[in-house]
Amino acid sequence: MMTVLSFFNYWIVVVLMMIGFYCVIARGNMVKKVMGLNLFQTSVFILFISAGKIVGGSTPIVREGVELYSNPLPHVLILTAIVVGVATTAVGLALTVRINEAYGSIEDDHLGDEDDGDEQ
Amino acid sequence: MAIAIVRAKDLFAAAMLFAIYSLLSAALFAVLDAGDVALTEAAVGAGISTILVLAVLALARRYESAIDGHNLLALAVVTVTGAALIYATLDMPEFGAPDNPAQVHVGPYYVEQSYPDMGVPNMVAAVLASYRSIDTLGEAFVILTAGLAVYALLSPKPRRRKRRRRHLRRQLREHRRHRRMHKGSSS
Repeated sequence: MMTVLSFFNYWIVVVLMMIGFYCVIARGNMVKKVMGLNLFQTSVFILFISAGKIVGGSTPIVREGVELYSNPLPHVLILTAIVVGVATTAVGLALTVRINEAYGSIEDDHLGDEDDGDEQ
Repeated sequence: MAIAIVRAKDLFAAAMLFAIYSLLSAALFAVLDAGDVALTEAAVGAGISTILVLAVLALARRYESAIDGHNLLALAVVTVTGAALIYATLDMPEFGAPDNPAQVHVGPYYVEQSYPDMGVPNMVAAVLASYRSIDTLGEAFVILTAGLAVYALLSPKPRRRKRRRRHLRRQLREHRRHRRMHKGSSS
Protein backbone atom coordinates (compact mmCIF):
# COMPACT_ATOMS: atom_id res chain seq x y z
CA MET A 1 0.00 0.00 0.00
CA MET A 2 2.82 2.36 0.89
CA THR A 3 4.57 1.68 -2.39
CA VAL A 4 1.42 2.45 -4.38
CA LEU A 5 1.04 5.76 -2.54
CA SER A 6 4.69 6.61 -3.02
CA PHE A 7 4.39 6.20 -6.77
CA PHE A 8 0.95 7.76 -7.16
CA ASN A 9 2.31 11.25 -7.83
CA TYR A 10 4.58 10.01 -10.59
CA TRP A 11 1.72 8.17 -12.23
CA ILE A 12 -0.47 11.25 -12.16
CA VAL A 13 2.40 13.13 -13.78
CA VAL A 14 2.74 10.52 -16.52
CA VAL A 15 -0.99 10.46 -17.21
CA LEU A 16 -1.20 14.25 -17.44
CA MET A 17 1.89 14.35 -19.63
CA MET A 18 0.42 11.79 -22.02
CA ILE A 19 -2.89 13.66 -22.21
CA GLY A 20 -0.99 16.80 -23.14
CA PHE A 21 1.13 14.88 -25.64
CA TYR A 22 -1.97 13.42 -27.30
CA CYS A 23 -3.49 16.89 -27.44
CA VAL A 24 -0.41 18.21 -29.21
CA ILE A 25 -0.06 15.48 -31.82
CA ALA A 26 -3.69 14.54 -32.50
CA ARG A 27 -5.57 17.83 -32.45
CA GLY A 28 -5.56 20.04 -35.50
CA ASN A 29 -6.59 23.24 -33.84
CA MET A 30 -3.61 25.39 -32.94
CA VAL A 31 -5.07 26.88 -29.78
CA LYS A 32 -5.68 23.31 -28.68
CA LYS A 33 -2.09 22.43 -29.47
CA VAL A 34 -0.85 25.28 -27.29
CA MET A 35 -3.15 24.12 -24.49
CA GLY A 36 -1.75 20.59 -24.82
CA LEU A 37 1.75 22.00 -24.57
CA ASN A 38 0.70 23.76 -21.37
CA LEU A 39 -0.74 20.54 -19.96
CA PHE A 40 2.54 18.79 -20.69
CA GLN A 41 4.40 21.60 -18.98
CA THR A 42 2.23 21.49 -15.87
CA SER A 43 2.88 17.78 -15.50
CA VAL A 44 6.63 18.49 -15.47
CA PHE A 45 6.07 21.18 -12.83
CA ILE A 46 4.21 18.70 -10.65
CA LEU A 47 7.03 16.17 -11.08
CA PHE A 48 9.64 18.69 -9.91
CA ILE A 49 7.60 19.97 -7.00
CA SER A 50 6.87 16.45 -5.79
CA ALA A 51 10.59 15.68 -6.04
CA GLY A 52 11.25 18.56 -3.67
CA LYS A 53 8.59 17.60 -1.14
CA ILE A 54 9.70 16.03 2.14
CA VAL A 55 7.00 14.30 4.16
CA GLY A 56 6.51 16.24 7.37
CA GLY A 57 8.39 19.20 5.88
CA SER A 58 7.09 22.72 5.64
CA THR A 59 7.08 25.62 3.22
CA PRO A 60 10.67 26.91 2.93
CA ILE A 61 10.18 30.18 4.78
CA VAL A 62 12.32 30.55 7.90
CA ARG A 63 10.23 30.83 11.05
CA GLU A 64 10.17 29.74 14.67
CA GLY A 65 9.39 26.20 15.67
CA VAL A 66 9.96 24.54 12.29
CA GLU A 67 12.89 22.18 11.85
CA LEU A 68 12.20 20.46 8.55
CA TYR A 69 11.70 22.44 5.36
CA SER A 70 11.00 21.11 1.90
CA ASN A 71 13.72 21.58 -0.68
CA PRO A 72 13.56 25.16 -2.05
CA LEU A 73 15.61 24.45 -5.17
CA PRO A 74 12.86 22.78 -7.27
CA HIS A 75 10.53 25.62 -6.34
CA VAL A 76 12.99 28.14 -7.74
CA LEU A 77 13.44 26.17 -10.94
CA ILE A 78 9.71 25.84 -11.43
CA LEU A 79 9.08 29.52 -10.77
CA THR A 80 11.44 30.27 -13.64
CA ALA A 81 9.82 27.58 -15.77
CA ILE A 82 6.29 28.91 -15.23
CA VAL A 83 7.26 32.37 -16.40
CA VAL A 84 9.20 31.05 -19.38
CA GLY A 85 6.21 28.82 -20.19
CA VAL A 86 3.92 31.81 -20.35
CA ALA A 87 6.39 33.57 -22.63
CA THR A 88 6.44 30.61 -25.03
CA THR A 89 2.65 30.38 -24.85
CA ALA A 90 2.43 34.01 -25.85
CA VAL A 91 4.73 33.44 -28.83
CA GLY A 92 2.71 30.38 -29.89
CA LEU A 93 -0.56 32.24 -29.68
CA ALA A 94 0.92 35.17 -31.59
CA LEU A 95 1.93 32.75 -34.34
CA THR A 96 -1.63 31.42 -34.29
CA VAL A 97 -3.05 34.89 -34.74
CA ARG A 98 -0.63 35.54 -37.60
CA ILE A 99 -1.59 32.27 -39.32
CA ASN A 100 -5.23 33.15 -38.87
CA GLU A 101 -4.60 36.49 -40.56
CA ALA A 102 -2.73 34.93 -43.46
CA TYR A 103 -4.90 31.85 -44.09
CA GLY A 104 -8.20 32.60 -42.38
CA SER A 105 -8.09 29.42 -40.35
CA ILE A 106 -6.31 27.98 -37.32
CA GLU A 107 -6.98 24.36 -38.22
CA ASP A 108 -4.02 22.31 -39.34
CA ASP A 109 -6.03 20.37 -41.93
CA HIS A 110 -7.50 23.43 -43.61
CA LEU A 111 -4.21 25.19 -44.15
CA GLY A 112 -3.15 22.84 -46.93
CA ASP A 113 -6.38 23.36 -48.90
CA GLU A 114 -6.21 27.11 -48.92
CA ASP A 115 -2.51 27.21 -49.55
CA ASP A 116 -2.98 26.82 -53.32
CA GLY A 117 -5.68 29.45 -53.59
CA ASP A 118 -3.97 31.96 -51.38
CA GLU A 119 -0.57 31.81 -52.99
CA GLN A 120 0.18 34.99 -54.83
CA MET B 1 -10.39 17.66 -16.14
CA ALA B 2 -7.49 17.45 -18.55
CA ILE B 3 -9.41 15.00 -20.74
CA ALA B 4 -12.32 17.43 -20.82
CA ILE B 5 -9.95 20.13 -22.04
CA VAL B 6 -8.78 17.92 -24.89
CA ARG B 7 -12.31 16.85 -25.80
CA ALA B 8 -14.06 20.21 -25.61
CA LYS B 9 -14.96 21.43 -29.09
CA ASP B 10 -15.85 24.89 -27.86
CA LEU B 11 -12.51 26.60 -27.41
CA PHE B 12 -14.02 29.11 -25.00
CA ALA B 13 -15.10 26.25 -22.73
CA ALA B 14 -11.64 24.74 -23.09
CA ALA B 15 -10.06 28.03 -22.00
CA MET B 16 -12.28 28.19 -18.92
CA LEU B 17 -11.53 24.55 -18.09
CA PHE B 18 -7.86 25.30 -18.44
CA ALA B 19 -8.14 28.15 -15.94
CA ILE B 20 -9.83 25.82 -13.45
CA TYR B 21 -7.17 23.20 -14.08
CA SER B 22 -4.45 25.78 -13.38
CA LEU B 23 -6.10 26.74 -10.12
CA LEU B 24 -6.32 23.08 -9.10
CA SER B 25 -2.65 22.55 -9.85
CA ALA B 26 -1.88 25.69 -7.84
CA ALA B 27 -3.74 24.12 -4.91
CA LEU B 28 -1.70 20.95 -5.40
CA PHE B 29 1.52 23.00 -5.29
CA ALA B 30 0.35 24.61 -2.04
CA VAL B 31 -0.25 21.17 -0.55
CA LEU B 32 3.23 20.11 -1.66
CA ASP B 33 4.81 22.97 0.37
CA ALA B 34 5.49 25.21 -2.62
CA GLY B 35 3.68 28.39 -1.66
CA ASP B 36 5.54 30.67 -4.05
CA VAL B 37 5.00 28.34 -6.98
CA ALA B 38 1.31 28.08 -6.11
CA LEU B 39 0.94 31.85 -6.11
CA THR B 40 2.77 32.19 -9.42
CA GLU B 41 0.78 29.41 -11.04
CA ALA B 42 -2.50 30.90 -9.87
CA ALA B 43 -1.58 34.36 -11.14
CA VAL B 44 0.23 33.42 -14.33
CA GLY B 45 -1.26 30.08 -15.37
CA ALA B 46 -4.84 30.78 -14.45
CA GLY B 47 -4.70 34.52 -15.11
CA ILE B 48 -2.40 35.61 -17.91
CA SER B 49 -2.59 32.41 -19.99
CA THR B 50 -6.38 32.51 -19.95
CA ILE B 51 -6.41 36.15 -20.99
CA LEU B 52 -4.01 35.40 -23.84
CA VAL B 53 -6.14 32.49 -25.07
CA LEU B 54 -9.30 34.58 -24.84
CA ALA B 55 -7.62 37.36 -26.83
CA VAL B 56 -6.75 34.86 -29.55
CA LEU B 57 -10.29 33.51 -29.55
CA ALA B 58 -11.62 37.02 -29.99
CA LEU B 59 -9.61 37.21 -33.23
CA ALA B 60 -10.00 33.65 -34.50
CA ARG B 61 -12.89 31.25 -34.86
CA ARG B 62 -14.32 29.96 -31.60
CA TYR B 63 -15.24 26.41 -32.51
CA GLU B 64 -12.91 23.62 -33.36
CA SER B 65 -13.85 21.74 -36.51
CA ALA B 66 -15.07 18.22 -35.86
CA ILE B 67 -12.65 15.36 -36.35
CA ASP B 68 -14.29 12.08 -37.26
CA GLY B 69 -13.21 9.27 -34.97
CA HIS B 70 -10.12 8.97 -32.87
CA ASN B 71 -6.62 9.32 -34.10
CA LEU B 72 -5.56 5.74 -33.51
CA LEU B 73 -1.92 6.20 -34.44
CA ALA B 74 -1.53 9.08 -32.00
CA LEU B 75 -3.35 7.09 -29.33
CA ALA B 76 -1.00 4.15 -29.86
CA VAL B 77 2.11 6.36 -29.67
CA VAL B 78 0.85 8.00 -26.50
CA THR B 79 -0.04 4.68 -24.88
CA VAL B 80 3.34 3.14 -25.62
CA THR B 81 5.21 6.22 -24.37
CA GLY B 82 3.05 6.38 -21.25
CA ALA B 83 3.59 2.70 -20.50
CA ALA B 84 7.34 3.15 -20.84
CA LEU B 85 7.29 6.16 -18.53
CA ILE B 86 5.18 4.35 -15.93
CA TYR B 87 7.64 1.47 -16.07
CA ALA B 88 10.41 4.04 -15.50
CA THR B 89 8.66 5.50 -12.44
CA LEU B 90 9.16 2.17 -10.66
CA ASP B 91 12.84 3.09 -10.41
CA MET B 92 12.08 6.51 -8.93
CA PRO B 93 12.89 7.14 -5.27
CA GLU B 94 10.06 6.97 -2.77
CA PHE B 95 7.91 10.10 -2.66
CA GLY B 96 8.76 12.50 0.16
CA ALA B 97 11.61 10.60 1.78
CA PRO B 98 14.20 12.98 3.34
CA ASP B 99 17.14 10.98 1.94
CA ASN B 100 16.09 11.15 -1.71
CA PRO B 101 18.86 12.08 -4.17
CA ALA B 102 17.15 15.41 -4.80
CA GLN B 103 17.34 16.27 -1.11
CA VAL B 104 20.99 15.55 -0.38
CA HIS B 105 22.91 17.78 -2.78
CA VAL B 106 22.63 21.59 -2.54
CA GLY B 107 19.16 21.65 -1.01
CA PRO B 108 20.27 21.38 2.62
CA TYR B 109 22.94 24.00 2.04
CA TYR B 110 20.31 26.44 0.80
CA VAL B 111 18.03 25.60 3.71
CA GLU B 112 20.74 26.16 6.30
CA GLN B 113 22.73 29.01 4.78
CA SER B 114 20.29 31.25 2.94
CA TYR B 115 19.07 33.03 6.07
CA PRO B 116 22.57 33.71 7.50
CA ASP B 117 23.83 34.69 4.03
CA MET B 118 20.98 36.89 2.88
CA GLY B 119 18.79 37.65 5.85
CA VAL B 120 15.70 36.95 3.78
CA PRO B 121 13.34 34.54 5.51
CA ASN B 122 11.86 33.28 2.24
CA MET B 123 14.39 30.74 0.97
CA VAL B 124 12.83 30.56 -2.48
CA ALA B 125 13.27 34.29 -3.00
CA ALA B 126 16.81 34.14 -1.61
CA VAL B 127 17.87 31.32 -3.91
CA LEU B 128 16.09 32.84 -6.91
CA ALA B 129 17.61 36.29 -6.56
CA SER B 130 21.03 35.47 -5.18
CA TYR B 131 22.43 31.96 -5.61
CA ARG B 132 20.71 31.48 -8.95
CA SER B 133 20.49 35.07 -10.12
CA ILE B 134 22.11 34.20 -13.46
CA ASP B 135 19.17 31.86 -14.09
CA THR B 136 16.82 34.70 -13.37
CA LEU B 137 18.76 36.96 -15.73
CA GLY B 138 18.39 34.32 -18.42
CA GLU B 139 14.69 34.16 -17.71
CA ALA B 140 14.48 37.91 -18.19
CA PHE B 141 16.25 37.54 -21.55
CA VAL B 142 13.78 34.84 -22.56
CA ILE B 143 10.88 37.11 -21.71
CA LEU B 144 12.46 39.97 -23.65
CA THR B 145 12.97 37.72 -26.67
CA ALA B 146 9.41 36.44 -26.46
CA GLY B 147 8.08 39.98 -26.22
CA LEU B 148 10.10 41.02 -29.27
CA ALA B 149 8.88 37.96 -31.19
CA VAL B 150 5.25 38.66 -30.35
CA TYR B 151 5.71 42.29 -31.35
CA ALA B 152 7.38 41.33 -34.61
CA LEU B 153 4.63 38.84 -35.41
CA LEU B 154 1.71 41.06 -34.58
CA SER B 155 2.89 44.47 -35.74
CA PRO B 156 1.13 45.61 -38.93
CA LYS B 157 2.83 45.03 -42.26
CA PRO B 158 5.16 47.83 -43.32
CA ARG B 159 3.16 49.04 -46.34
CA ARG B 160 4.43 52.56 -46.00
CA ARG B 161 7.97 51.77 -47.02
CA LYS B 162 6.87 50.29 -50.34
CA ARG B 163 4.74 53.30 -51.15
CA ARG B 164 7.58 55.61 -50.27
CA ARG B 165 9.91 53.68 -52.54
CA ARG B 166 7.41 53.91 -55.38
CA HIS B 167 7.14 57.61 -54.74
CA LEU B 168 10.91 57.95 -54.83
CA ARG B 169 11.10 56.01 -58.07
CA ARG B 170 8.52 58.28 -59.66
CA GLN B 171 10.41 61.33 -58.49
CA LEU B 172 13.60 59.94 -59.95
CA ARG B 173 11.88 59.28 -63.29
CA GLU B 174 10.50 62.79 -63.44
CA HIS B 175 13.83 64.21 -62.50
CA ARG B 176 15.52 62.32 -65.35
CA ARG B 177 12.87 63.39 -67.84
CA HIS B 178 13.22 66.94 -66.68
CA ARG B 179 16.99 66.79 -67.08
CA ARG B 180 16.69 65.24 -70.55
CA MET B 181 14.29 67.95 -71.62
CA HIS B 182 16.56 70.55 -70.17
CA LYS B 183 19.56 69.08 -71.99
CA GLY B 184 17.58 68.92 -75.25
CA SER B 185 16.58 72.55 -75.02
CA SER B 186 20.06 73.72 -74.24
CA SER B 187 21.79 71.89 -77.14
